[in-house]
Amino acid sequence: MILDKYLRSEVFPTPFCQGCGHGILMQAILRAVDESASDGIDIDKMAFVSGIGCAAWIPSPHFAADTLHTTHGRPIAFATGIKLVNPSLKVVVVSGDGDLSAIGGNHLIHSARRNLELTVICANNSIYGMTGGQVAPTTPCGIKTATTQQGSTEPPFDLCRLVWGAGATYIARSTVYHIRELIKYLKNAFLHQGFSFIDVISPCYTHFGRRNPQRAGATPSEMVLNLKNIAIHAKSPQELFTFPSVGTLSPPSGRTCNQKDRILIGEFTTI
Amino acid sequence: MKEYSITIRDDLCKGCAICVEICPKNILAMSPESTVSGYLLAQIIEVKKCIGCMECELHCPDLAIEVIDKNEKVPAG
Repeated sequence: MILDKYLRSEVFPTPFCQGCGHGILMQAILRAVDESASDGIDIDKMAFVSGIGCAAWIPSPHFAADTLHTTHGRPIAFATGIKLVNPSLKVVVVSGDGDLSAIGGNHLIHSARRNLELTVICANNSIYGMTGGQVAPTTPCGIKTATTQQGSTEPPFDLCRLVWGAGATYIARSTVYHIRELIKYLKNAFLHQGFSFIDVISPCYTHFGRRNPQRAGATPSEMVLNLKNIAIHAKSPQELFTFPSVGTLSPPSGRTCNQKDRILIGEFTTI
Repeated sequence: MKEYSITIRDDLCKGCAICVEICPKNILAMSPESTVSGYLLAQIIEVKKCIGCMECELHCPDLAIEVIDKNEKVPAG
């Protein structure tokens, strides 16, 4: 396989559940590295940093590169350290939504504010997968989780708007279904000078889909194909601010709990 | 016309059926019998209809599928 040279074959099969979107993201990252080889991206000159959670297993132990599996919520702090010690390295943070936006939320916004030269890839499955499916800051309204049996009542974070407000200079969102676009955005992020953030919507069947079969899809494959139906391509980058995303504070509808799933995908900022 | 060959590694496949659902030509199907570990694995039923779109390989979370252009011995796509 074309990706074999980037993988530690002895650790396979992956620890992910059946149909987990994180495996698709793992493949997308490596394909982006492979395709940007002509632009000077070399996996031996990259450092992958991850925190705690299912998504943190994407680079470590699978990538045959320098990987750092750090404490919960702190991958960006460790990545900042790596970048300060060796600025020639391309430092990539791969972690989950709970790790980056909940416990590590402060690191995310302040690294965006400082415009540190990092690539942050958020594998957003909208739930705390590894700990048993508790409600996360990114869980859409009305979703049943282990801790919200009647459905979540709080509006979720829109991470792209958050890092825009904090000053990130490259912001994009894609899903694991739209993998060719995702690879393109990852390549752009690797070559970007400054803080780049990609929000990748990745389905979690074991905890998210199983509890919400009508809304998310009753099988792992239905969950992946459902992303095609709910994703809308942004016609212009400004749409990020006018698009009424699921249950978030948005100008047309106010602070309502919108239960219709819609995801705006595209590149929002490329400064 | 180009011909493609598909290999599915049984030691990596977890039987999520994403490849079966996503294939535009329906050339993949789930095996009728489960393995020792209880998974129904994906299998190829009509490889001749393959158009080399790579959707199955790109969407495989376990990196178990590989689509190769038979004549040129290079990855499809």
